[in-house]
Amino acid sequence: MSGVGAGAALANLEAEEVRPLPSKPTRTRRLGFGRWLLPVYVTIAFVFLLIPIVYTIVFSFNDSIKSNIAWRGFTLDKWANVCVVENGAVCEAFGNSILIGVISTLVATTLGTMIAIALVRYRFRGSGAISLLLFLPMATPEVVLGAGLAAQFLAVGVPKDMLTIILAHVMFCISFVVVTVKARVASLDPALEEAGRDLYGSPVQVFWRVTFPLLMPGILAAALLSFALSFDDFIITNFNSGSVTTFPKYIYISATRGIPAEANVIASAVFLLALVAVVVAQLGHAAREKRLAR
Amino acid sequence: MAFAAFATAEAVPQAPKRASRIGWFLLAPGLAYLALFFLTPLISLLLTSLQAPDLYGDIGAYVYAFNWQNYVDVVSEYGEHILRSFGYALVATAAALLISYPIAYYIGVRCRSRPLLQSILLVLVIAPFFISFLLRTLAWKQLLSDESFIITSLKALSLMAPDAHFTGTAFAVIFGLTYNFIPFMTLPIYTTLERLDTRYLEAGADLYGSPATVFRKVTLPLSMPGVVAGTLLTFIPAAGDYVNASRDFLGGTDTAMIGNVIEANFLVLLNYPAAAALSIILMAVILAIVGVYVKRAGTEDLL
Repeated sequence: MSGVGAGAALANLEAEEVRPLPSKPTRTRRLGFGRWLLPVYVTIAFVFLLIPIVYTIVFSFNDSIKSNIAWRGFTLDKWANVCVVENGAVCEAFGNSILIGVISTLVATTLGTMIAIALVRYRFRGSGAISLLLFLPMATPEVVLGAGLAAQFLAVGVPKDMLTIILAHVMFCISFVVVTVKARVASLDPALEEAGRDLYGSPVQVFWRVTFPLLMPGILAAALLSFALSFDDFIITNFNSGSVTTFPKYIYISATRGIPAEANVIASAVFLLALVAVVVAQLGHAAREKRLAR
Repeated sequence: MAFAAFATAEAVPQAPKRASRIGWFLLAPGLAYLALFFLTPLISLLLTSLQAPDLYGDIGAYVYAFNWQNYVDVVSEYGEHILRSFGYALVATAAALLISYPIAYYIGVRCRSRPLLQSILLVLVIAPFFISFLLRTLAWKQLLSDESFIITSLKALSLMAPDAHFTGTAFAVIFGLTYNFIPFMTLPIYTTLERLDTRYLEAGADLYGSPATVFRKVTLPLSMPGVVAGTLLTFIPAAGDYVNASRDFLGGTDTAMIGNVIEANFLVLLNYPAAAALSIILMAVILAIVGVYVKRAGTEDLL
């Protein structure tokens, strides 16, 4: 589960910039819910949504000994010495997750972008079957994807290690890349490429100088989505990782004996980084809109 | 595709599609990858689900056979878990919808005149994605453990029986599933509501529709694609989840779902045929549900 929406959300942010906003603020009549009921309800829902995040961050500063359950006082120690605990097991897991995420993202984004371009631009026999093949991985529960791959690796005799994790991650990322990039390709104005051709650009030149730069925001969003999916995946990884530990797997394994505060440190750091990235992207997007509006 | 609800760039008319070898050249590597690492694994799973134990081998050694009995065995042994999975997933999906729809409506319709607030709330909806879902689930476990402030307070106020528990119950697992999937539900609904033309709502009100009627007859039907995508994005992973129901997380001794059973059979008991048969059953039921649901909701074009 988990990541599925992660970058889907990012994709969503990206998509906004190409979408003309419909019917600007025509005054909505206050509908039924009452003037205050809805804001109050939404506030409560947001508190509910954010409590575990606050908890995780707060407990990254807990002066805990082994398991990080009871509050024992404030310390910056865990942030300063993340990699010391358990001979750096947390950091090793984190490093594995980053490596797997980067490689899977590169491969899945490349393959998925090619498919997306092909689907919008070219005709195929059996396009129904192709769509189904792209849709099915997203509609299959992760536990089935994980068990299926594991059964195949078992049957063929491939030992589970980093490679099998990457192979699995690329597989479940491709479809999400296709969906994200396809929307971007379908929103390109064909006149722009025509202009490129009119100016005697060769097909290759037109692609790299016109099409590709225009697709970039979509490709970037898809890459972020892939990375988020890969980084937070636990279920499929668990079936195909053998003795390799990723960050989510580390948490799952340690849950029995208690998670060290260092795991909270890493999770909090990733969270804050991602948040900053999204906020910067949003601000940039808002600034662009303002410029365009002027 | 249902999930395209996320990627909502406005499509513009494109030059007519061409039939060309370049198309296949672009398509082939990705499709071959999916064939190799998605389709064949499903076939492997099917073959594994029919295997019989190797009489001369160790534990975990199986030979290919057509042992349909495996399916009968797992259904009789784990029927309860299968039903429980879909029950939990159904309740969690309904709960997530009830929580998410107002959030999506507020951000997508009410906040239109305040883009800054809209952006902030949108970031807050996706914020949980940026922190490992395992840690978030564990956070709830700590926050709602028997010794926690919340639970002791509830007991002190007699809102909870003194000997009752939260963690380890079916309620806790459904709570966790609901919590984990709220963003998946909220985002696609938001995407459709955000594009909703509010003049329709005014027209409904002008025609003397009460707010409730306008919601039921105008807003809800227009946001159906988002609701369908959101419920699928919640129901499918929730039915197969095994983290929330795990005993180290929010589950207890009798909350195990089908995912837990598949995991245990595959990774611990090395009973691959049972795990495979359960996976095939899970997948078949999900696909049947998705097919019927999408048809009935009248949103076939989503697929």
